[in-house]
Amino acid sequence: MLREITIGQYYPADSILHKLDPRVKFLGTIVYIVSLFLVKGFAGYALATVWLAALIILSKVPFKFMVKGMRTIFFVLIITMLFNLFLTPGETIWSFWILKVSKEGIIQAVRMGIRLTYLVIGSSLMTLTTTPNQLTDAMESLFSPLKVVHAPVHEISMMMSIALRFIPILMEETDKIMKAQIARGADFESGNFINRIRNMVPLLVPLFISAFRRANDLALAMEARCYHGGEGRTQMKPLHYAGRDYVAFVLLAAFLAACIVLHIFGGGWI
Amino acid sequence: MGIIKAIKLGFDYIKYGEDDKDNEKVRAIDGIDIDVEKGSVIAILGHNGSGKSTLAKHINALLLPSEGTMWVDGMDTKGEEDIWKIRQKAGMVFQNPDNQIVASVVEEDVGFGPENIGVPTKEIWERVDQALERVGMTKHRKKSPNRLSGGQKQRVAIAGVVAMRPDCIVLDESTAMLDPNGRKDVLDTVLDLNRKEGVTVIMITHYMEEVTRADFVYVMDSGKIVMQGTPREIFSQVEKLKSFHLDVPQITELAYELKKDGVDLPDGILTRDELVSALCGERTEE
Repeated sequence: MLREITIGQYYPADSILHKLDPRVKFLGTIVYIVSLFLVKGFAGYALATVWLAALIILSKVPFKFMVKGMRTIFFVLIITMLFNLFLTPGETIWSFWILKVSKEGIIQAVRMGIRLTYLVIGSSLMTLTTTPNQLTDAMESLFSPLKVVHAPVHEISMMMSIALRFIPILMEETDKIMKAQIARGADFESGNFINRIRNMVPLLVPLFISAFRRANDLALAMEARCYHGGEGRTQMKPLHYAGRDYVAFVLLAAFLAACIVLHIFGGGWI
Repeated sequence: MGIIKAIKLGFDYIKYGEDDKDNEKVRAIDGIDIDVEKGSVIAILGHNGSGKSTLAKHINALLLPSEGTMWVDGMDTKGEEDIWKIRQKAGMVFQNPDNQIVASVVEEDVGFGPENIGVPTKEIWERVDQALERVGMTKHRKKSPNRLSGGQKQRVAIAGVVAMRPDCIVLDESTAMLDPNGRKDVLDTVLDLNRKEGVTVIMITHYMEEVTRADFVYVMDSGKIVMQGTPREIFSQVEKLKSFHLDVPQITELAYELKKDGVDLPDGILTRDELVSALCGERTEE
């Protein structure tokens, strides 16, 4: 169950999305997230849906990979929707005991549900089509102006790419430790919420110790391979914008413009 | 002077007791003299805590000696200005395959070393292509390291070192976490590099079968070099090896036991073929 998180998992395929410059994809994801909170009305959500569907088809990544990623945030999604459903004041259409469902609540809940789902699918689309290293290269390049104010841009991007590389390894390790502790009688599944959290201690302690050990090993291995920070470092895959990237920028700008227009003039029943 | 040379090498570390009270100075290696010929295959043998990994880390200037001097290709590891050159000359492959791969795609990991030493982009690609070809991992170049087996991961790590064009590769128990097949793959890969490109190989190991493939063996015990010689010379001294808690290869052990029981066999038999011909040779003489 723990291996199913797809965020940070690259899915190799040969598609236009894979070939796009990671900076375009990064900016595109941000634009998409912003637009999700910008659009109003049926037309707006239809536009967001069409845009996402088109990208999913272009990416050649099996749709079930993205749905798998959804499972992990399913809980958060449900909670958010329930809160919106019951706590939005407005015209009550159904009530039971202290729970009141308003028309506005239903609309708000559906809206949040769609937004969160699209948000997760949209951003995992980026991580599925971009290797973590490309992604951090993109961030390094996009944020490089901050070097002027001595922000450790290279170091942060290196830390992020390493963190992404180790997520699946640590997931697997968590799985292993969990099984080892279950074999010794640990109980991760029963009891109330507080108890369950307390029961996580025998899982987290070994996990942290092992993570520190790995960090130590990795630091040594990186030093042995002459890593000494960003200075004097060349890049194997330096970023260059190609023709398709400019096309993507234009499409992205058009999408954002359409969302803004819909924000101002849109309405409809949602 | 060989490519790796150490004179009277010593290294101390401080073992912290509780509350900083019983701090103890521990001598990890003591008075080590080694001289490694360029292009040879060296094995360093010793049980856990014998100081063999500490010695390996000196070759790569990851540790600096408290005493004595270590030279890599004529450069003193204590000289700050040469440290990156030394690390490029003497590449190192570690024990845990997962903890030494930095990137999430095989080819990007192989390119990590050349990137660090400032190789131009075009040449990085040439080096990566060559290095992957050398270790036979070209068809896995776009994969995530997580999808590879242990032996394949170690070959990627070796490719990462090869891409830096080193003169010497140090394997610090690099086969310890692998299954027999992976172990064989890794060993064949480095020996092939040694044969075809004259890369000096230093293997830190406690697998006796690997030691038999070396040109020269150093045996370490409590931080000192206690035996040195060719594998045959070393494995002829079964009793002495056992006193350092080390085993001999199974075949050697069998020959040794047979000899003890009166079968006339030469000392230091290393392979099955040698034992067969020694035994059969004896029979035809009768």
